[in-house]
Amino acid sequence: MTWFVVLSAFIFCIGAAGVLTRRNPLVILLCLELMLNAGNLALLAFARGHGDGAGQVFALVVMVIAACEVVIGLGLIVAMYRHKLPIDADEMSELRG
Amino acid sequence: MLSEQILFFVAAAGALAGAVGVVALRNPFFSVLALVGHLLALAVLFLLLRAEFVAAAQVVVYAGAVMVLYVFVVAYVGGSEEPLGPSLGAIRAVGPLFAVALLAEIAIATVATGLKAVGSRGSEVAAGFGSPQAIGALLMEKFLIAFEAASFLLLLAAVAAVVLAGRRRGLEEAGGERVLQLGRRPETGPQATDRSAGEQGGYGGRAIDKPASAARGGQST
Amino acid sequence: MTPHAVSWAWVVLALPLAGTVGIALGWRTLGGRLAGWIGSGTIGLSFLAGLAMYTTLEEVPPPGRHLVGSAWEYVGTSGVHVDLAVLVDPLSTFMVLVVTSVSFLIHVYSVAYLDSDRGYARFFSYLNFFVFSMLLLVLAANFVVLIVGWAFVGAASYLLISFWYRRDTATRAGIKAFVINVIGDVGLVVAAFLILSQLGSLDYAAAFAAVKSVPRDDGVLIAACLLLLVGAFAKSGQLPLHTWLPDAMEGPTPVSALIHAATMVTAGVYLIARCYPLFEHAPTAAAIGALVGTLTLLFAATVALVVTDLKRIIAYSTISQIGYMVLGVSAFAYSAGLFHLMTHAFFKALLFMGAGSVVSALGMTNESIDRMSGFRKAMPFTFATFTIGAAALAGFPLLSGFFSKDEVLSYTLHRGGLYTLLAVLGYAAALLTAFYAFRMVFRVFFGEPVEGASSLERGDLYHAEPRNPLTGEEEDTDVGFPGPEHHIAERAFSMKAPMAILALLAVVGGLMAVPGLTAEVEHFLEPSFAASEHLHEKPPVSEQLTGLAIGGVLALLGIGAAYLVYLRRPSLARSARERLSLVHRFLVNKWYFDELYDRAFVRPGRALGRFGRATVERVLVQGALVGGATGVVRAGTAFARAIQTGYLRAYALLLLAGVCALALYFLIASR
Repeated sequence: MTWFVVLSAFIFCIGAAGVLTRRNPLVILLCLELMLNAGNLALLAFARGHGDGAGQVFALVVMVIAACEVVIGLGLIVAMYRHKLPIDADEMSELRG
Repeated sequence: MLSEQILFFVAAAGALAGAVGVVALRNPFFSVLALVGHLLALAVLFLLLRAEFVAAAQVVVYAGAVMVLYVFVVAYVGGSEEPLGPSLGAIRAVGPLFAVALLAEIAIATVATGLKAVGSRGSEVAAGFGSPQAIGALLMEKFLIAFEAASFLLLLAAVAAVVLAGRRRGLEEAGGERVLQLGRRPETGPQATDRSAGEQGGYGGRAIDKPASAARGGQST
Repeated sequence: MTPHAVSWAWVVLALPLAGTVGIALGWRTLGGRLAGWIGSGTIGLSFLAGLAMYTTLEEVPPPGRHLVGSAWEYVGTSGVHVDLAVLVDPLSTFMVLVVTSVSFLIHVYSVAYLDSDRGYARFFSYLNFFVFSMLLLVLAANFVVLIVGWAFVGAASYLLISFWYRRDTATRAGIKAFVINVIGDVGLVVAAFLILSQLGSLDYAAAFAAVKSVPRDDGVLIAACLLLLVGAFAKSGQLPLHTWLPDAMEGPTPVSALIHAATMVTAGVYLIARCYPLFEHAPTAAAIGALVGTLTLLFAATVALVVTDLKRIIAYSTISQIGYMVLGVSAFAYSAGLFHLMTHAFFKALLFMGAGSVVSALGMTNESIDRMSGFRKAMPFTFATFTIGAAALAGFPLLSGFFSKDEVLSYTLHRGGLYTLLAVLGYAAALLTAFYAFRMVFRVFFGEPVEGASSLERGDLYHAEPRNPLTGEEEDTDVGFPGPEHHIAERAFSMKAPMAILALLAVVGGLMAVPGLTAEVEHFLEPSFAASEHLHEKPPVSEQLTGLAIGGVLALLGIGAAYLVYLRRPSLARSARERLSLVHRFLVNKWYFDELYDRAFVRPGRALGRFGRATVERVLVQGALVGGATGVVRAGTAFARAIQTGYLRAYALLLLAGVCALALYFLIASR
């Protein structure tokens, strides 16, 4: 079970590096999915380790949440595209202060 | 068992390859494909962890529906990975460093420090562990509220998606029409309130809005 | 049981107050001249209440004519005990009668004079407020209520001087009056502090009784008296705080008549008379008061010889005559000084009313006697009453001014020493007074009729575009400026009646104090001044009659000289002006007092203000305090602001860094 957790950490960190490195918001969202899945993996690993089904239920709920988040995120990107705004995370810096 | 371990390493390699592919590939479409592969590898890993139902859900929902959604959007929006304008070089360099640091920490935590909960074998599991019946029973009994909340969240997301994607267009056109009318008619009560609603709603077509706001400003002073 | 007189005193106070509030609240519903009649009515009733107060006071035997009535306790802490109290004694009754009677007549005059002014109701509300304040001042039983009344009177003066508030000259004059009044107020308040500390009480009776315990001519007492004098001089327009009075002529003529001739400016004289125990116990201060009074009367008389604005001539005459009153009460001739106060109120108000009528005839665009002449046939009633007033002012034999002014001078002469010199100067000024009084009469009413006069003879009232009489600026007739109609005495009964009554009083008023025959005023006021050391220092009748004779002769000489200069040989005036041009210029510029104050106070004050704005405000406050405080905050938060880059990835990095830090912590902590 240890290896599962270490693998999950690997995937999580790869996803984090991707979020920080890429500029296309779509790809950033994909990396976020990576991180979420890594979390799922860890959850399931611990569920298996303790013999507790709660971890699996939790993983399902995380999946649901990921789906919702994807919906909204993609909707935003589509809206950005419609308004002819550049699809680039660095260009979206109006909250600077 | 050996077969399990071999399967584990193969699936793990696939997952890692997919992950690296998502991050490294330039074309977003290829990134999506890499993620699909990653998800499938992950499903195998879930099976290894006796989470059959979750694995099935992963393939059907995640890889099936969510990724298809991604494919659609990528096809619509496209976007190639050409850096537009100056990029934040500092963050590009520093970001992965922190990621590596986090990795190191977690690795140390799990492997080296001897966290008691992280055993190598794990406990014995019940027979129906991970089956749909077990999951269903848990959902309906112990985690009913979480279940309901999740479904509510799904509803919210659906409504949000409709709002994000749909009505905007109608408001734009209505706002534009009323804006054109402003130049001719004098300001009367109901029209003023209509105009204010329209201006707040339709924020497309900014060039047309400007004379309207100037006219409104001029008449109100 | 409250003595009746005190109850009447409260009624006297309450009526004008009710008038003010009533007119102020209901001005929209009071059409036409109703506000004017209401205002006059309250003062008339107040006068009747004053008469009732007088008769009830007379019922009390003389030693007990010092009735105090307290409404409630105002201050009652350790060491200070002040009531909201009124004092009814002969002095206050005298003042009440003078104030209410003259105020009533002036109110009636204003009913017609200000008709068609857009601020009609406001005027009468202010005027009633003024009368209330003045009555509060004279009826006060302690220094606190006195100061309250004093301050109110100053405020009323300001409100009324700037009545035509859209006129720049009027508002500036109002501010000037108020500022100089405040200087006096400060003096008065500090004097009250000193009196409280030295004599232990702010109540008149207690303070005056305690004055004997202080050594004679004690330093602090002198200081207190001098500060009282500062207050008195500011309010009464004596040197050096007189510069506001001529400018106060910017107000409507009834205001000049009431406030700046008959009542408010006499408050200083009242104050000195009221505080006589203090002054008698510090004769040095009294001597200084007499000196200043004399210098003032001389100064003002010289300026009145050459100034050309009709109302300002009368204003300087007021300053001069109050100098006489101040001289009188400072020389401890209280009844003489106060008698002159009364007669002066009559004939000065009359003069102002006449001046108002003449100015109206010229459409209120011009007040300079250079452009007035020949109104005798066009305005016979105004001519007659104005001449009577001028004659009373000059001290024409047997008129009221004759008896009152010369009584003051004969008392002063009798005192001897320094006072002889002051009396001589007083007589010299009397000559000048007669001269300039008839200068006005001859210049304005005799000679070739100007256009306003000749048109009036034909029956048409002269009409001109509304203008500021001083600067010639164009105006309109909306609220804040004089109204479109102008009213002259000949055509307005409510103007004629008061003028006739005042003329009568100016003629016969003197008969109340004929030396050797009647001494009504003196007998009436005696109980108020019972503790005076100088009560029986009256000059013998023969001396008084001699004084009267000298005064009469001087008056006739002055009138004769004016007749000579202005009617027989007009060229004399011109040649005198040319030959003595330096003197003339000095006098016309009012001895350069305004210029002196400008250089000494106004310019440094303005420079200080500019310095304050440029340096203190800009550098210190804006730069150091405001800028410094905000700068520190800004610098402090610059770091926090640097985090808000707006870049999504930067925020994500921060998140990740935070997670790393947390994980590190837990890693270490769980070892």
